[in-house]
Amino acid sequence: MKHRIIADVSHLPTYDFGSGSPMWWGTLSFMTLEGMGFVLAIGSYFYLAYLAPGWPIAAPPPNLWPGTIVLGLLLASVIPNHMASTWARNQDLPKVRLGMVIMSIAGILPLIVRGFEFPGLQLSWDENAYGSILWFLLGLHTVHLITDVGDTIVLTVLMFTRHAHSGKRFSDVSDNAFYWDFVVFSWAVLYLVIYWFPRL
Amino acid sequence: MSDAVLRQPIRRQKEEGLKGIRDIGLDDAALHAFLSETWKTPKGFSGWLTTVDHKLIGRRYIVTAFLFLILAGLSALVMRFQLASPESGRIGPDLYNQLFTMHGTTMMFLFAVPVMEAFAVYLVPLMIGTRNVAFPRLNAFSYWVYLGGGLMIWIAFACNTGADAGWFDYVPLGGPEYGIGKRSDFWAQMVTFTEVSALAVAVEIIATVFKQRAPGMTLDRIPLYVWAVLVTSFLILFAMPAVMVSSTMLILDRLVGTHFFNQAEGGDPLLWQHLFWFFGHPEVYIIFIPATGFVSSILPTFTRRPVFGYLAIVLSLISIGFLSFGLWVHHMFATGLPQLGSSFFTASSMMIAIPSGIQIFCWIATLWGGRPIFATPLLFVLGFIFTFVIGGLTGVMVASVPLDLQVHDTYFVVAHFHYVLVGGAVFPLIGAVYYWFPKITGRMMSERLGRWSFWLIVIGFNATFFPMHILGLQGMPRRVYTYPLESGWGGMNLFVSLSALVLLAGFAVFFLNVLASLRNGRIAGDNPWNASTLEWATTSPPQPYNFARLPAVTHGEPLWAEGDTLPAIEGLRVDAREVIAGTVADATPQIREPSADNSIWPLLAALAVGATFLASIFTPWAVVWGAIPVAITLIGWFWPKGTPEDEE
Repeated sequence: MKHRIIADVSHLPTYDFGSGSPMWWGTLSFMTLEGMGFVLAIGSYFYLAYLAPGWPIAAPPPNLWPGTIVLGLLLASVIPNHMASTWARNQDLPKVRLGMVIMSIAGILPLIVRGFEFPGLQLSWDENAYGSILWFLLGLHTVHLITDVGDTIVLTVLMFTRHAHSGKRFSDVSDNAFYWDFVVFSWAVLYLVIYWFPRL
Repeated sequence: MSDAVLRQPIRRQKEEGLKGIRDIGLDDAALHAFLSETWKTPKGFSGWLTTVDHKLIGRRYIVTAFLFLILAGLSALVMRFQLASPESGRIGPDLYNQLFTMHGTTMMFLFAVPVMEAFAVYLVPLMIGTRNVAFPRLNAFSYWVYLGGGLMIWIAFACNTGADAGWFDYVPLGGPEYGIGKRSDFWAQMVTFTEVSALAVAVEIIATVFKQRAPGMTLDRIPLYVWAVLVTSFLILFAMPAVMVSSTMLILDRLVGTHFFNQAEGGDPLLWQHLFWFFGHPEVYIIFIPATGFVSSILPTFTRRPVFGYLAIVLSLISIGFLSFGLWVHHMFATGLPQLGSSFFTASSMMIAIPSGIQIFCWIATLWGGRPIFATPLLFVLGFIFTFVIGGLTGVMVASVPLDLQVHDTYFVVAHFHYVLVGGAVFPLIGAVYYWFPKITGRMMSERLGRWSFWLIVIGFNATFFPMHILGLQGMPRRVYTYPLESGWGGMNLFVSLSALVLLAGFAVFFLNVLASLRNGRIAGDNPWNASTLEWATTSPPQPYNFARLPAVTHGEPLWAEGDTLPAIEGLRVDAREVIAGTVADATPQIREPSADNSIWPLLAALAVGATFLASIFTPWAVVWGAIPVAITLIGWFWPKGTPEDEE
């Protein structure tokens, strides 16, 4: 097959931010499928609640404080998260390093409080279906939290090595911030389901 | 490569200040030399373990899926051997339960979905004119995870721990109360393995099709097969989390005493059915939609004209995708759900026949307006149209609640879904193997054996499965290991079992043809069928880099429109792996995207993930301890290695 050259792409960049980057679409796809997992788990919660003669089953509503503190911490983290993302887009390495350190801490703090949330549910997973689905929802979100905090810490370390001097890394930081927003948003929804629905 | 001819263009590139060595001004030999080195898979065992070439991964995916087809087919034959006569004692009930469960599970989770993904992994980059999928290492990872899941459940079966509660593992039969031993746990974890792998492929196909299409391949120039796998990938994204959620709940019920499906403690067995079928019905379309993509690829080539109604077909694919999520309850009509709800699902089950029908009319119009060449791929497409229409008609029948209640759990349903799945997906798949075999291997398959396999498979299939409609209407239930002499079903069952041997002969001829053609088939050349899409614009089999110069597209049927000279772009590096990423709607180039190099880490990550899943069948602590090797391998995977691709 012969070729007729119609365009030269030699001066195109090798990275981009947001929807210009395939990795952003990959991240969005993963968020979609994980979001679908959340939706189905929440659907199962309401399904069981609908069938039960009373809700919650044989337990008081969960202790409000730990979950609310986690919500507060996560919502507060959105600000440094977006600052880190903006600094990454500006490719300002010293600020990105600072932003990533802050975001690592902003991820670890809610994880510590999360440790108090499980006992605050006031019943075990094996007592009844209400306990099971409660632990399932909280567990599902905790897995997301741990994975993203782990990812953030690794990326933070990476930004202090020689590999940081690459446009691709800044794009990674921006995608990481994008995913963190998803973790925060999903908790805002789960928080209402876990803590406020039983109080209605 | 260091002759004067080469030095000149490279010097010019340096003067321009371009990083790396570009393809500008290089002749074909120099391009081939550079690109082969950059995109190569190392020879030997290490190359086999580390490759991220979508063609090698796609090929091994296809071969593995067909091996699972053989296993599932053989288990069906053993069942037919048992059912050939009434009150036969050749197979006991326990083994029979394992056999029909392994048959269904393997066909759905280990053959049908993976084989469709396998073809997508192989074909999509070639059809859209790029050099690899968007996330090559994720692709390698997905294969290893799939292989691990398949091996796990079959090794468990060999150890008499085969899943035995049906391919949908209904609770309470599959739950802690009745599902004794570890049989259901292996089933549930196999689901986790295969869904992780399917989701990974779906993500990479979406990103690849959205971002890596050849410049100029606007939405209305995307080959219909690519549209089909794109829609399928979205279905996977929205459907498969349901079965992951439900199988995780099942394993938690069994392992740590949760009560999701335990009615005594506020759970509900029907929650399992809702979640399973929320996945299970789209699953049918995850298998069927790519098959329609095969049909829409094969038909234009063998009728020598573009497909009739491109836009109508694309819109039909998308509407089938949406509607497939509104059908799941029609699997649960016999569970006593409210009638109004059931009516909704009856309506949507009938509605999905409309876009399916539109596609069929478009295909018939394509045949009508073309000059058909009846080569084997087209024969299988014709066999598909005939068989699928019968399956579709019985589908409309069982969509109606009163009729469904009569034939629920009888052989009528077995006949129906084999007509839609084998007729609707496997026939086009075999057509696809005949069609793309020359591209994948460089050799043609035998037409004579192709015709033999076609007639044996089509006749064998219809003779095997059509009588099952009648057996079902006569009341023969599914999933019984035997039936009484007085039932009068013996004669027809014997006929079915003998016909299954004809079907077996058809598949045997097909596999023989594959093996013989690999060695002795006629050399194919680049475009043996004179087809119009981009995968035929490169060598057969394609080089590791797919295209020496990335093509640009100005027409929906590029090879028919452009003749021998294809528009192309230049400016990419040849000393580092690079592809073009462009805008989603218009495929206007945006960046030169570095593409990942070979790596052992996806395999190591798959081993860590697999060991964690496997151990979690026995102890919940496996998830905690397993997280450590999983984290280590993932960090190893993502940590930059100092290759040119990492440093861009």
